Amino acid sequence: MPMSAGEIERLIATALPGAEIELTDLAGDDDHWAARVTAPQFAGKSRVQQHKMVYDALGGRMGGALHALQLSTAIPT
Amino acid sequence: MSDVNSRISDIVSGSDVVLFMKGTPLFPQCGFSSRAVAILDHCGVAYDSVDVLQDMEIRQGIKGYSDWPTIPQLYVKGEFVGGSDIMMEMFEAGELQQMLDEQSVARA
Repeated sequence: MPMSAGEIERLIATALPGAEIELTDLAGDDDHWAARVTAPQFAGKSRVQQHKMVYDALGGRMGGALHALQLSTAIPT
Repeated sequence: MSDVNSRISDIVSGSDVVLFMKGTPLFPQCGFSSRAVAILDHCGVAYDSVDVLQDMEIRQGIKGYSDWPTIPQLYVKGEFVGGSDIMMEMFEAGELQQMLDEQSVARA
């Protein structure tokens, strides 16, 4: 069950206010996304912790409703 | 510890590097798993792989074991390192090769 860009952005922005979110639809099917999330909340966190924060924002849809999300995270410079 | 967790614990402590993936290094069955294999091959380290498509209990159990929702998953010296994205970010930053060296992991 694919997810729209708007839905993904809304979920991440709600959990990580102020985050910058760049989404790329890899396959044109709303089911294979690449996302680059830059958020101040990542400061001091390991890469695994940063990615978990995004997965948590997606509320357990990762690997289920959202089949594939190629994720990269960054801290604002 | 649940049955599947002790099975997983045995697997990850049994080898320096273990990759839980979909398919096998020769025949990866998913793009992310294929990327993880390519990264490990590029690092030139010996590793064992577990095809989660052949073992549904492991496929589900590994997600709870590491509190990580997706496959593939990389373990070095029994510790969860990350999935395909983390491996890529670490590889591009040279951190993966450095960690493998620091952990004196056997070469392929």
